[in-house]
Amino acid sequence: MVLSKTASESDVSIHSTFASRYVRASLPRFRMPENSIPKEAAYQIINDELMLDGNPRLNLASFVTTWMEPECDKLMMAAVNKNYVDMDEYPVTTELQNRCVNMIAHLFNAPLGESETAVGVGTVGSSEAIMLAGLAFKRKWQNKRKEQGLPYDKPNIVTGANVQVCWEKFARYFEVELKEVKLSEGYYVMDPEKAVQMVDENTICVAAILGSTLNGEFEDVKLLNDLLTKKNAETGWDTPIHVDAASGGFIAPFLYPELEWDFRLPLVKSINVSGHKYGLVYAGIGWCIWRTKEDLPEELIFHINYLGADQPTFTLNFSKGSSQVIAQYYQLIRLGFEGYKNIMENCQENAMVLKEGLEKTGRFNIVSKDNGVPLVAFSLKDNSRHDEFEVSEFLRRFGWILPAYTMPPDAQNITVLRVVIREDFSRTLAERLVLDIQKVLHELDVMPSKKDIDIQKTKSVAAAWKRFVEDKKKTNGIC
Amino acid sequence: MVLSKAVPSSSHDASLDCTFASRYVRAPLPRFKLPEESIPKEAAYQVINDELMLDGNPRLNLASFVTTWMEPECDKLIMAALNKNYVDMDEYPITTELQNRCVNMIAHLFNAPIGEEETAVGVGTVGSSEAIMLAGLAFKRKWQNKRKAEGMPYDKPNIVTGANVQVCWEKFARYFEVELKEVKLKEGYYVMDPEKAVAMVDENTICVAAILGSTLTGEFEDVNKLNELLTEKNKETGWDVPIHVDAASGGFIAPFLYKDLVWDFRLPLVKSINVSGHKYGLVYAGVGWVVWRSKEDLPDELVFHINYLGADQPTFTLNFSKGSSQIIAQYYQFIRLGFEGYKNIIENCMENAKVLRQGLEQTGKFNIVSKEVGVPLVAFALKDRTYYTVFDISENLRRFGWIVPAYTMPADAQHIAVLRVVVREDFSRSLAEWLVSDIHKVVQELDEQVKHVTKVVTTQVDITARGGGTDGALVHKSEQEIAEEVITYWKKLVSRKKTSGVC
Repeated sequence: MVLSKTASESDVSIHSTFASRYVRASLPRFRMPENSIPKEAAYQIINDELMLDGNPRLNLASFVTTWMEPECDKLMMAAVNKNYVDMDEYPVTTELQNRCVNMIAHLFNAPLGESETAVGVGTVGSSEAIMLAGLAFKRKWQNKRKEQGLPYDKPNIVTGANVQVCWEKFARYFEVELKEVKLSEGYYVMDPEKAVQMVDENTICVAAILGSTLNGEFEDVKLLNDLLTKKNAETGWDTPIHVDAASGGFIAPFLYPELEWDFRLPLVKSINVSGHKYGLVYAGIGWCIWRTKEDLPEELIFHINYLGADQPTFTLNFSKGSSQVIAQYYQLIRLGFEGYKNIMENCQENAMVLKEGLEKTGRFNIVSKDNGVPLVAFSLKDNSRHDEFEVSEFLRRFGWILPAYTMPPDAQNITVLRVVIREDFSRTLAERLVLDIQKVLHELDVMPSKKDIDIQKTKSVAAAWKRFVEDKKKTNGIC
Repeated sequence: MVLSKAVPSSSHDASLDCTFASRYVRAPLPRFKLPEESIPKEAAYQVINDELMLDGNPRLNLASFVTTWMEPECDKLIMAALNKNYVDMDEYPITTELQNRCVNMIAHLFNAPIGEEETAVGVGTVGSSEAIMLAGLAFKRKWQNKRKAEGMPYDKPNIVTGANVQVCWEKFARYFEVELKEVKLKEGYYVMDPEKAVAMVDENTICVAAILGSTLTGEFEDVNKLNELLTEKNKETGWDVPIHVDAASGGFIAPFLYKDLVWDFRLPLVKSINVSGHKYGLVYAGVGWVVWRSKEDLPDELVFHINYLGADQPTFTLNFSKGSSQIIAQYYQFIRLGFEGYKNIIENCMENAKVLRQGLEQTGKFNIVSKEVGVPLVAFALKDRTYYTVFDISENLRRFGWIVPAYTMPADAQHIAVLRVVVREDFSRSLAEWLVSDIHKVVQELDEQVKHVTKVVTTQVDITARGGGTDGALVHKSEQEIAEEVITYWKKLVSRKKTSGVC
């Protein structure tokens, strides 16, 4: 016989999550809490806080993919407990990575035979890919200089000032000097002529960007290749090129197949591309491809032997999830060439819709080009009363996250707003954005400019009100 | 009025076909080149899902320290955060805040000398590899600055570790051009000897790296002793050589099980510590942490200040864009489990390790190489290596689904080979008992094979001896010769029996 008993000790699972003691107590911030809490409470607490984060799909600042098909989500969730680096335990996942490398190498016209395997690796992103490529160049150059009996302690790399921060990281962490070609107003990418001029005997490579982050432009890699070939013939230095195709690598082959920027140019020795940008995979995957085995010094490669199988690896990270590699392979076979082409063309069309909508307002200059990464960078024609940063702030109220940037030297006086068109930025969203921008402009027009606000005037107005209120206070009646 | 119509025979509507019989699954899968055409998403999903069935089962992968199971509530959070790019700090301020909270919690767990309201110096990384490279970079730069200030050469930095270090230290050394001075191991002593380590320290040493939880045997190195000896040497020489503790595994074990073990920032020479969130931090692969003692231990010139929309965020990482899921999962585990939760789980792991260890000892065939204090794992070697090795056992266990790796020790103990089972949260007691019984089976099979081979050898030798030609003494034959003789014997037997009739 079971006696009923009143609940004397509170049974945790009876309480509603929002009223349980766990949610009443304040959340630990600096120290690990002593006690456990029920999993539902932990879930709810974190879920609720995260509601205050921006909505990834309205984050127009990012190039990184924010939507994938549910089938792919299923594959990713199933692979979340697979440690990618355990190559011997997960041979199929390793094989999928190898297939992706080969597909991308062929996409970039690497000079490979029919059954020859490409030289490349999957990384966590283009940052890691660039560091690996840079390391390879640095080591090759050092070996060459050692052989020639020349000093090898001052390597440098030539890039444009428009490079993404990871090149600066590479330079600072791996002790390579960064020689930047300055931009100028109206010319926001690296000038190949100036770049080649800067090349000297200590230059380990020249890095060109296919898809500048600032305005989406493709740099003229072909011109760079021609000029650098000439200089190499004159000087005898064998300076190579690296193409940072983080964004452009999955755009140019589909939209601009005639554009020569990849391994078709003889001086291009390595290329990196972000799988998580126009490779259409969630954040966490990049690829680095070398032209041939000779371009990747063997001494940098580690050979790990587990249970007899030799697997050569060249990465900075070791353990990491397998989900993104599998997702990349999914996209490559799901979409194929035609699928990627369709999506990129769609992005271009939506970018046009946005661009035309902005031009019609008559208030903006379009800074981005039509050819390049599908994005629209624009600045105010008249920013004397309100600048682009205010437009960006006001748009937040509508939910849009639209960043405003100043250009790097020597064009720091130019500020732009930038909208990146990803696969999930539809035409309707583009039209809504234009409407909301117009609303913001109307509001800003009637608002006083920050510069108009005169401190003295404000002070005297405040003093007058103070006196007014104090005078009224002199009655004894109840308020 | 809708007229019914017969399905046209020419055009093949893709969605009518069953996935397994559709044309997409009949054609071979593209391997080297991007396919020209798209395929339906169901087919893409099925194709990949089916191939992946041939991968090992992560939960039976006893080689790995990395977490293979999390609560469904956490899976939900992970799924929801898949499309959040962690590096967009200004767009996702809460996620950034969660990272900062984790860093602070870990710093306090490691007794970093910070005030009540002071924020810790640390960062979330993709794993301990990145964490170690960042810590190493900080040491290298500090040392270079110091040498430059003294007007001494700074082109030959080195780092002192044990030969039992994980490969990422070798990577750090090779990629960042630092010499790696390894203290060799020896039979019976599989971690870095603090005395030998300190003896190797010279003016070019940027730091000494100690491991809390060696990957080979799970042992904790004696960081306290290292600190004492190094403090003495620093006083004699005037070099200011610091210590880094690679607590990739041990960092989430020692504070809960061995509170009195002094290994962390309580030791003055310890300047930075790394720990893997994805090992005993109980998160899926993809998150690690590095914490510095104080701001002074992280040279400001290495820190990048990114300004987006007015907010300054200092960052020091090698990777840029990456997913936010693992950071959120780590925070989930911290508040979900708390101190008592982590303690319970690690104690449970230790008990299961004990069950496994005792089961193996009972077979009488193995020496246990791992210690009882340390990471919950069991490393064991064969007592008798004459006929088969641990590599054979490892291979045979695969048939049962278990992935148990076999390794040889690094120099100078390369003649020792061990099998290693890591006990994670999801390796239950019943699984431990199953494993013992399967190992038993495998060993018995191998023993049977040995007996059989010996029998064949002796039988064959008898036959040959009786056949004449030899002086009757037992001849030792190679396996190959024995096999060849057996085959020849059977061949003759079969050809004699062959008649011309129908079979």
